[in-house]
Amino acid sequence: MSAARVGVVTFPGTLDDQDAARAVRLAGAEAVPLWHAERDLKGVDAVFLPGGFSYGDYLRCGAISRFAPLMEELVPAARDGLPVLGTCNGFQILCEAHLLPGALTRNQGLHYVCRDQRVQVVNADTAWTAEYETGQEIVLPVKHGEGRYVADARTLEALESEGRVVFRYLGGNPNGSLNDIAGITSEAGNVVGLMPHPEHAVEELTGAPSVDGRGFFTSILKKLVNA
Amino acid sequence: MTVDSVKLALETPDERQPFAELGMKDDEYQRVREILGRRPTSSELAIYSVMWSEHCSYKSSKVHLRQFGTKAPKSEALLVGMGENAGVVDIGDGWAATFKIESHNHPSYVEPHQGAATGVGGIVRDIMSMGARPIAVMDALRFGGATQPDTRRVLPGVVEGISHYGNCLGLPNIGGEVAFDPCYIGNPLVNALCVGLLRKDQIKLATAPGPGNKVVLFGARTGADGIGGASVLASATFEDESQAKRPAVQVGDPFMEKLLIECCLELYQADVVVGIQDLGAAGVSCATTELAAKGTGGMSVDLNLVPLRDPTLRPEEILMSESQERMMAVVTPGDIAAFMAICEKWDVPATVIGEVTDTGRLVMTWDGETIVDIPPGTAADDGPVYERPFHEPAGQAALNGDGPERLPRPSDLRETLLTLLGSPNLASKEWVTSQYDRYVRGNTVLAQPADAGMVRISEVMPGAEETTRGIALSTDGNGRYAKLDPYAGAQLALAEAYRNVAVTGATPLAVTNCLNFGSPEDPEVMWQFAEATRGLADACQILGVPVTGGNVSFYNQTGSDAIHPTPVVGVLGVIDDVAKRVRSGFTAPGLRVALLGETHEEFGGSEWAHVVHGHLGGLPPQADLIAERGLAAVLSAAAAEGLIEGSHDLSDGGLAIALAESCIAQGVGASVSLPTEDAFVGLFSESASRALVCVRPEAFDALAELCGRFDVPCYGLGTTGGTSLAVEDVFEIPVGDLRDVHTGALPAIFG
Repeated sequence: MSAARVGVVTFPGTLDDQDAARAVRLAGAEAVPLWHAERDLKGVDAVFLPGGFSYGDYLRCGAISRFAPLMEELVPAARDGLPVLGTCNGFQILCEAHLLPGALTRNQGLHYVCRDQRVQVVNADTAWTAEYETGQEIVLPVKHGEGRYVADARTLEALESEGRVVFRYLGGNPNGSLNDIAGITSEAGNVVGLMPHPEHAVEELTGAPSVDGRGFFTSILKKLVNA
Repeated sequence: MTVDSVKLALETPDERQPFAELGMKDDEYQRVREILGRRPTSSELAIYSVMWSEHCSYKSSKVHLRQFGTKAPKSEALLVGMGENAGVVDIGDGWAATFKIESHNHPSYVEPHQGAATGVGGIVRDIMSMGARPIAVMDALRFGGATQPDTRRVLPGVVEGISHYGNCLGLPNIGGEVAFDPCYIGNPLVNALCVGLLRKDQIKLATAPGPGNKVVLFGARTGADGIGGASVLASATFEDESQAKRPAVQVGDPFMEKLLIECCLELYQADVVVGIQDLGAAGVSCATTELAAKGTGGMSVDLNLVPLRDPTLRPEEILMSESQERMMAVVTPGDIAAFMAICEKWDVPATVIGEVTDTGRLVMTWDGETIVDIPPGTAADDGPVYERPFHEPAGQAALNGDGPERLPRPSDLRETLLTLLGSPNLASKEWVTSQYDRYVRGNTVLAQPADAGMVRISEVMPGAEETTRGIALSTDGNGRYAKLDPYAGAQLALAEAYRNVAVTGATPLAVTNCLNFGSPEDPEVMWQFAEATRGLADACQILGVPVTGGNVSFYNQTGSDAIHPTPVVGVLGVIDDVAKRVRSGFTAPGLRVALLGETHEEFGGSEWAHVVHGHLGGLPPQADLIAERGLAAVLSAAAAEGLIEGSHDLSDGGLAIALAESCIAQGVGASVSLPTEDAFVGLFSESASRALVCVRPEAFDALAELCGRFDVPCYGLGTTGGTSLAVEDVFEIPVGDLRDVHTGALPAIFG
């Protein structure tokens, strides 16, 4: 059996692509580089949109990336069920592309925040969180200046009632996100976006003082292998 | 509009030229006339004025900096020494590291955000131009008193500038320093360090050989940023309103710089670059003269071809513009197509603006007329050299005579510790460092608040050999010590950075420095500079670590008030197996705590004297470099043998602060007793060459034996564990209280 293939997207200004690819490989999958300017998903089984400052975050975070040629392939594929994970800038892009509702705005404290954050797994039924327990507490780094999740009241209500809030901040909300939301999922549970960085919490030696991010990659791998 | 061409210069030899306004002295202007055999054109004057400025030519410092070469210890690691964009050292397994620290002090006072941001951008391009991938940054910052009103303007702006630019670039910020002293209120220091990695057989140099090769300008387009920045901003003191200088500060675009990094890396991989130079101070003037001078010797450039953001720029302005995110490469005609294709992939504008010649002249044209025709070496290398007079400052003896012995000693040492722990210089710098991305690229092994930053060498460039090695970096510098004794102060800065690298288990290898001083035209400042450089060169020789490059920043003074002399020293070390790195502080309960090194009664320039008494006088701690070398040898050997579970260096605030920080690190308490009779001396003296370590109980004897071999005193102080720091017969303080005081101080001031 060939290894599961997870695409890692690079836009101009993407920064965490190397880390994302490493996390995918450490879990035992193949990381396939995807280039923003190519309308080609290279037949991957899942896609990871990593963090960074794509297109310099000009205009609005993720607003320009949304129009990249690759996204013309990615958006319909995601609507058809392709598992997609967006972290940080990747989450912002997923919101701009309307694969996820709501928006990420400037942190309430107005400063960029880099810290090891306690996070609760609220929904362990998505493509990317099946290896966690519902209610499990994990530590992942956050590092962003514009991570305050906002949405209108009706959307928030829908997210909450449909169980689409996947992660919530614990022990202090780093950015003022409504309902302490750290990550959400699409209706079908295949698209997940979050501000924290699981790819920086997969090795003992480097990154955050936890390996709690591994579950994302083992979750998707198990799902793909069993599919 | 007429252009001041060479032809016109010959026809109008008596034309009055604004050399003084450009910062040139009368005799310097006369020398340019002698070199050219005529008056310079306005474009030539622009080139000579920036290239011969203090900032670019090191005219006041050169005679002293030579010692870093003449006294350099033998080092097999040194691949590229001073004089290039950055030094390069061999770190094993075919890898080389290049690193450098550089100041952006004056711009950061005028416009804190952009000044600091472009400081990061500039040093990163220096590292890129060596052929390396930049892998980490750190910053050494000095501000006025923490509660002084202007510090609240400058500090948040500087931190935000570094945060915004560095975070957008995707380079982890792994350390650095923040210190406060009223002497920096009008002259904050922003020293930015970058380290990069490359294969040691792929070093790039700033040279333009091969007549017929093309000169390519690539990156951002040229605008009116920082025109005159190099000569005006870096050479003048701030007696005027800073408002008038605002337009001279450059504005950075980190997104373009990130594209430039990836673009350059791909250009190097494709092997289509003959020579390369970044555009920093003095922009096109500096890049063309330096590339030409180090290559075949000649270059022709059509300035009309420089892509402009502002089409109204005159040639003189194009030559002086300090627009950021630009590089210049020399490329063979056969490789031009491949070069351009890579730039296009990364959306980086690139333009051929000239070619290498064998005429020995740098010739530039504008609208078809020759406006520059000079021997490039005369601008790049033959700048003026000054043997500036110096003498010991008038009050120096009195300052040294006013020692801390007369200061009343505290009766409540618990209160003293809490006061110091919450003072701005010793408090947690998390308010600053939490605004920096320390994780990006996934190789950060240690970052703030560890004594040194450490990164694993992994996935630097496609196809390169993997290694178990890592590199460690630290910067240090104590202006108060250097004020009391600049010779010892510079040595203590080196000793601390060297020690900080050693406590992580790495072996110190090489040095970079940023020498921040007042005006070199003041003989008392010049004495401080001469003493500091002499001290640093002597210390490098004893410790066996060569200076690979650095930067001098003069004129850090307002009126006649100069900053404390502040040599900031960066040390790079290597650890063979990065998995054996030693973490900071007490990492588990049940470990034995040991103090390595000897404690003397040394309070001159100490944090205690500063915070509690507002006193600065006497002499700084003794810099015992032999002891320092022994301590480092013990620490790296102990790490390699896996003897140490955690460590922390002793410096400002002495043992008390080191114990408190070690407890705070992982929330592990400790019970210790002091090896000195006088508890105050034992806890707060700032003697150098000391470190705190914790070891498994069964490893203690091996550690003691190792210390004996290197003649390093080793005192068992007690054990880790519990929830408080207990010093026998002195105090017991809950770790939570220590943490609250430590982390609460800066947020209370800066919000």
